[in-house]
Amino acid sequence: MSTAYKTVTDIAGPLLIVKGVEGVSYDELCEIELPDGQKRLGKVLEAREGLAIVQLFESAQGAQTEGTKIRFLQRTFEIGVSEDILGRIFSGSGRPIDGGPEIVPEKKLDINGTPINPFTREYPDDFIQTGISTIDVLNTLVRGQKLPIFSGAGLPHNRLAAQIARQARVLTEEEMAKGESQDGGQKAGQEDEKFAVVFAAMGVTFEEAQYFQREFEKTGALSRAVLFLNTADNPVVERIATPRLALTVAEYLAYEKDYHVTVILTDMTNYCEALREVSAARKEVPGRRGYPGYLYTDLATIYERAGRIRGKKGSITQIPILTMPEDDVTHPIPDLTGYITEGQIRLDRGLHQKGMYPPIIPMGSLSRLKAKAQGEGKTREDHSGVDAQLTAAYARGVEVRELAVILGESSLNDIDKAYLKFAERFEKEFIKQGEEENRSIFESLAIGWDLFMELPKAELKRVKAAHTEKYLKKRS
Amino acid sequence: MSTQGTIIKVAGPLVVAKGMKNAKMYEVVRVSKENLIGEVIELHGDNASIQVYEETSGIGPGEPVTLTGETLSVELAPGLLTTFYDGIQRPLKLIEEEARSPFIPRGINVPALSRSTKWEFKATKKSGDAVQEGDVLGTVQETTLIEHRVMVPPHMDGTVKQIESGSFTIEQIVATIETADGVKEVAMLQKWPIRIPRPYARKRRPNEPLVTGMRILDTLFPIARGGAGAIPGPFGAGKTVTQQSLAKFCNAQVIVYIGCGERGNEMTDVLKEFPELQDPNTGEPLMKRTVLIANTSNMPVAAREASVYTGITIAEYYRDMGYDVALMADSTSRWAEAMREMSGRLEEMPGEEGYPAYLGSRTAGFYERAGAVECLGGEDRRGSLSVIGAVSPPGGDFSEPVTQNTLRVTKVFWALDAKLAYKRHYPSINWLQSYSLYVDNLADYYSKEIAEDFVANRTIASGLLQEESKLEEIVRLVGTDALSPREQLTLATAQMIREDFLFQNAFDRVDAYTSLRKQYRMIRAILTFMEAAQEIVEQEDFDFKKLQSLPAKEEIAGMSFWPEEGAEEKFDALEKEIRQQIAALKAGSSNVSVRQQEIAAAA
Repeated sequence: MSTAYKTVTDIAGPLLIVKGVEGVSYDELCEIELPDGQKRLGKVLEAREGLAIVQLFESAQGAQTEGTKIRFLQRTFEIGVSEDILGRIFSGSGRPIDGGPEIVPEKKLDINGTPINPFTREYPDDFIQTGISTIDVLNTLVRGQKLPIFSGAGLPHNRLAAQIARQARVLTEEEMAKGESQDGGQKAGQEDEKFAVVFAAMGVTFEEAQYFQREFEKTGALSRAVLFLNTADNPVVERIATPRLALTVAEYLAYEKDYHVTVILTDMTNYCEALREVSAARKEVPGRRGYPGYLYTDLATIYERAGRIRGKKGSITQIPILTMPEDDVTHPIPDLTGYITEGQIRLDRGLHQKGMYPPIIPMGSLSRLKAKAQGEGKTREDHSGVDAQLTAAYARGVEVRELAVILGESSLNDIDKAYLKFAERFEKEFIKQGEEENRSIFESLAIGWDLFMELPKAELKRVKAAHTEKYLKKRS
Repeated sequence: MSTQGTIIKVAGPLVVAKGMKNAKMYEVVRVSKENLIGEVIELHGDNASIQVYEETSGIGPGEPVTLTGETLSVELAPGLLTTFYDGIQRPLKLIEEEARSPFIPRGINVPALSRSTKWEFKATKKSGDAVQEGDVLGTVQETTLIEHRVMVPPHMDGTVKQIESGSFTIEQIVATIETADGVKEVAMLQKWPIRIPRPYARKRRPNEPLVTGMRILDTLFPIARGGAGAIPGPFGAGKTVTQQSLAKFCNAQVIVYIGCGERGNEMTDVLKEFPELQDPNTGEPLMKRTVLIANTSNMPVAAREASVYTGITIAEYYRDMGYDVALMADSTSRWAEAMREMSGRLEEMPGEEGYPAYLGSRTAGFYERAGAVECLGGEDRRGSLSVIGAVSPPGGDFSEPVTQNTLRVTKVFWALDAKLAYKRHYPSINWLQSYSLYVDNLADYYSKEIAEDFVANRTIASGLLQEESKLEEIVRLVGTDALSPREQLTLATAQMIREDFLFQNAFDRVDAYTSLRKQYRMIRAILTFMEAAQEIVEQEDFDFKKLQSLPAKEEIAGMSFWPEEGAEEKFDALEKEIRQQIAALKAGSSNVSVRQQEIAAAA
């Protein structure tokens, strides 16, 4: 056992300053023993000659400068992993909380991971069918993508994330060839592929955490899920470790055990706030809105841990959820996230208030990887055209609607009226769908073509003429 | 002389060491037992602050720091092209081989350029020739596209003592030169410190366009070869797609593409696509003219700061050979943030929004390395380096310091607009906000090489777009009916310019690249339509719908998909059709009005 130091001189928020230390290294894990015998984990934020600044991962409550012992463990924060980890539930700092035994580790992994060499990445281009039209057609999710949900307080992001986790699958070769779904789209794609869900909750309420747990139990997914739960009443700083634990497990499952892993991280806003708290305690020069200047880099070390690797079967698809304060997309958290992730699914309060589920707004939502996952051999030849046309037409329809509010509907010309009608139907028939409704991509595309009937043919500039000929029904 | 110090503090990428009296500013050091690469960025007496280019976890006080005596430099020799480097010029492929893992471990040491590959060196000078710095000693066919010119290193003049053609590795001596301070040996491999611009004879005024094939850029907001441009925009507006299109299609001979603090998958995309895509000018794979540098957002932040300098030094090297080089940096905001992070750790007094006070001067220093130049040497070579930097302003707010500092030194501003992207209008470059200060420089070229009235048409087109925005405000208040027929025609023409000319699909094979000549003809066709229609819209009870539903309008909508070959004839035919169809309308409508008069008279 290494030396225990009793030389804590300062405690401020989640930070401890220990003097007289020797041989301490940056980022080293340490164990803090409080005078009453409780043990806490922490890591070294700054190592100087004879001094270390330690950040606790757990609450500092009860810590004293007198009597607190601190041991440096000569390793970084690690988690033990093995395939038995599936089906287990852990606290936000990686302790089992489901009453089960400790994991007997096959190996121990540093939770910070190492950056993937961009040269060894495989470009993600496999279409994932989520059964949700607005995602499948307009914001196509791709295996190995990081696609966050930008939500707001009170919007149904949890239900949406659960629905995606429940319904996501790939198309079979046969389906692609035929251009129609089999078994009503219910059956999973390739049978020989292994799937897993890794779920990390950061500062969410007990009920929200329960919701996911119940969902996974209900669908039988719990046996192939790993949950890390840091609820709102758990220590704030613990949240800094939670997503890293989850992603370390995900990397192990994906790149060493060939699983296709979906990682759900909720709620990234709470994570960033924990980071701000530590930064403020260190008295660092703040960037925008008090968040540390390195927020971008820090978030990138989380989000970039998604993708595919050449020669490896597995993949990590990341769906982080964040609630935008005041629904403001320019707030630093959604802003920096959007710069790192490969698009975003944006939920809209207006649509939600109209009773639309899922309230995914095409304007502001985007999947950057979709270009290579749409079209022949992936979905269907007309996919990208339908996508562009639907989005452009809906955007125009919404503009017309605003105009109609000012000028009155009667002042609109025929083309504008057509767009207005299109926008109405688009919301009711394309965006809106049931929480249990699992539409195949082909059904979703068919709805799109049906909506195009509202528009004059000359307005269909984004779809290829040959496709119009083939898919647009003749007007009666 | 002591070349070793001891670490006294580690905080993220910043390490402070004592016993560093002999360290120089910007000297490369090896940190700890792991031999991490670092660079001295501050000296305080005996102490040195070092930014470390690799992850520092597990490093602690007491460990050694070793001086290397060199400043951070890049290696320059044949073999740069087609290679994919990290921010400090380590080839990522070799890292993979060395690490035997898809991840990047620490302390890995791989050479930037192969020491064993032999290159066929053809001497172009002979012994006894007098040479000066920058003169070409010989050439190496580096790729099928680029002939590498081995130059006399800067600050060296004399007579060639000995030189021979043959097969050499980059470290072998290919020539010896008798100079005033003795005989100097020259190998193909040369080094240059990344923070110092490479010298040139003099700068020229850039007066040729860097043709990009993107219509909104080439026609409305052109950039010159040797110019500097900025693409700021919020996320999702298409910075990366624009940068990649530029890298694919612009008519520079050498491309340096820097992925600075961006997504790993984007670099993978480039890496996968470039070997497959053909250079539109030569038909060879694009990769053969490209150097890629990637420091993705999760790679160490200090190396991100260095990556833009690594890239621009390599770019300058090819410029010095007499090539037109284009450099894309995506994104310079991440570079600025890396500076901010280091500055914060150094506890410097922050300037605006926490950025260091020297943000402006560093930004200017970087963009000023662009330019059209006369190269060193007595051979009258000309090269150019165009720099295009993406900027990622937080919240899409252009008033933030990085955007503002960039705009002060770049002459082209391509403002990306999220609203356009929402409407799937690509490239989502806002035509009202963007500008190019090279328009006048390039006017001569356009009227000589493309068409006499190119510039005039351009002015009309951009005028129409300006007018459209004014008219749209009126429409928003009082509706379309309030507009005069002439104004309605303006709206219709502007709409054609937007939808049929500016809108461009980067993923369509034909549409992605349009030659200058075709761009000219497209604009001319649209303007022909407007001119022809002007005569008839003023007629009484003219039905605007008829004009809108002319078959020629559909033809115009399809122009962008016409292949370059044979386009000229198609445009001739189209212009004729436009005139005929509108003339027919004129005849038709006057017939109707004559008939109406008859009916009225009869009644």
